[in-house]
Amino acid sequence: MWEYTDKVKEHFLNPRNVGEIENPDGVAEVGSLACGDALKLTFKLDENKRIKDARFKTFGCASAIASSSALTEIIKGMTVEEALKVTNQDIAQYLGGLPDEKMHCSVLGKQALEKAVENYRGAPAPETGAKIICECFGVTEKEIEKAVRENNLATVEDVTNYTKAGGGCGNCHEAIARIIEKVKAGPKSDVKPKLTNIQKIKLVEETIEREIRPSLKHDGGDIEIIDIIGDRVIVATRGACAVCRASDITLKHFVEQRLRELVAPDITVEEAPK
Amino acid sequence: MKTIYLDNNATTQVTPEVLSAMLPYFGNFYGNPSSMHSFGGQVAQKIRLAREQVAALLGAGPDEIIFTSCGTESDNAAIRSALATQPEKKHIIISRVEHPAIKSLCSYLATQGYRITELPVDKSGLLDLENLDKALTPDTAVVSLMWANNETGVIFPVEEAAAMAQERGVLFHTDAVQATGKIPVNLKNNKINMLSISGHKLHAPKGVGVLYIRRGTKFSPFLIGGHQERERRGGTENVPSIIGLGKACELAAQNMETENEKVRILRDKLENELLKKIPQSRVNGDKINRLPNTTNISFEYVEGEAILLLMNEQGICASSGSACTSGSLQPSHVLRAMGVPFTMAHGSIRFSLSVYNTETEIDFVSEKMAPIIERLRGMSPYWNSEKQACQSQ
Repeated sequence: MWEYTDKVKEHFLNPRNVGEIENPDGVAEVGSLACGDALKLTFKLDENKRIKDARFKTFGCASAIASSSALTEIIKGMTVEEALKVTNQDIAQYLGGLPDEKMHCSVLGKQALEKAVENYRGAPAPETGAKIICECFGVTEKEIEKAVRENNLATVEDVTNYTKAGGGCGNCHEAIARIIEKVKAGPKSDVKPKLTNIQKIKLVEETIEREIRPSLKHDGGDIEIIDIIGDRVIVATRGACAVCRASDITLKHFVEQRLRELVAPDITVEEAPK
Repeated sequence: MKTIYLDNNATTQVTPEVLSAMLPYFGNFYGNPSSMHSFGGQVAQKIRLAREQVAALLGAGPDEIIFTSCGTESDNAAIRSALATQPEKKHIIISRVEHPAIKSLCSYLATQGYRITELPVDKSGLLDLENLDKALTPDTAVVSLMWANNETGVIFPVEEAAAMAQERGVLFHTDAVQATGKIPVNLKNNKINMLSISGHKLHAPKGVGVLYIRRGTKFSPFLIGGHQERERRGGTENVPSIIGLGKACELAAQNMETENEKVRILRDKLENELLKKIPQSRVNGDKINRLPNTTNISFEYVEGEAILLLMNEQGICASSGSACTSGSLQPSHVLRAMGVPFTMAHGSIRFSLSVYNTETEIDFVSEKMAPIIERLRGMSPYWNSEKQACQSQ
């Protein structure tokens, strides 16, 4: 039997703010039925933009229900900015602590809160376009690929042990198997740790020439490799890129991303001091 | 508040008669049964009696009974003996729904050069013996299948399985921890080589078990030490518990009929009432081939731990196969092996009765359960929702 504090028991037996607000200002659903924990949070603001009411519906164990109840009590009267500062530790603390194995229940509350605020602000979370493969545990394709590549995983079970993916309803097992195959069948250059430094430099050069420069040139820009130290690729921006205020983003999100995909996963791209 | 104990597959009450049989051996009669003096010798006589009582319940000979410390020790001793006496064989067959005492042991043995085959079960938790036939190889050292499942109560055809194994020259062990005392077990009628029992599942105390070894089956001891148990299990005997287990076996033999009539009727009543009163609930496991005392019911859209804690508020004791009760990510391996959807597995509750439950208790429980489930469903975002649950394959 779990050792719950009296406060957890009390909030489980007499949960506050159960339900759903009609026409809420913010709403979020996190977790899933398959993983055994799910929380739907709704909140409404008053004229001073403070949280007037917050309600929850939770599927889960006693500590999940108590955490949801605590969360709604904590955030009432706060502005959304204040509410965002509430951590899962705050939720656990409010309840006088949770068993270690149950801390994920407080994390669930925190996640719901963040999503509900995002929903209120009208900005769908930019999940960096990541494709979720395992919906039960919210594991992305990228994470699975990375785990398979770096740990040389061979079976769906391995992937579950490393990433949790596939440990829920099992619907994604086929997709995981396909990812494993894809990684295994991938080009040799995908086996990155085996690259020598010279090979890496060559590969970076080739990749920039073939994959990156054409796109930059298309926009009137260019880059040059200044140095490669270990996994740090130091470049100088040229043409339109040199005067573009978004060149940082281009370097990080485009150049670095492509190099990570095609050369080595740990590469960072830095701009040489001008 | 009165306790209503419907968790008898977890452990059972030590029957007052068993307790009173044991008490003198904690007190005045503390002699060592191995001693030469009659102060110890009188204790040895009591152990002999207990051995006969256990043997009688199983249809075995007293020389085929080894007292151990628990069911897990018996299981470990059986499997390890089968491997030790046939060092050239490296294959073990079990089922997917075995108790951790077998399952975890075999996972460990898999890292030690043994090959493990886990036979699947169907959606009712039943075993297809054709799969056993296919799995048996000349390299197979032992087949270990539980007689009855602890979570669902589903009964395996272990006697047929034992015959199949014997035909192929393979040893057969059964974990009969849940079956013994609830359904007839007669080792005269079958080819089972080894069988494990745990005392506390049949109204004896915790800390005592039995391993049956059929005469003629080679045995290699697990605990090596003194000459106790005819050198098959070293260590001074747990005298009071062994005496208690003997008494409990005697009572079990007498109560078997009640178990299969009265307990079965109570169990069926509870099950039918719950299914009738609570929508979207279902029984996990085959309803025919099942222990008379067990029912495993899933209540959709609610989570087992929460159910158990609300039951606890009413003094009702039961178990759940939900992930949250185990602290792991996944619900019960038994329910998963049966392909029970996660949506159902998380809300599974096992009720296991004993001859000491009454109809009043069962009425109380069936009255209290519906409001508990309703209350949790009222809090669940999935109840009355259009959203489709994630289905298992």
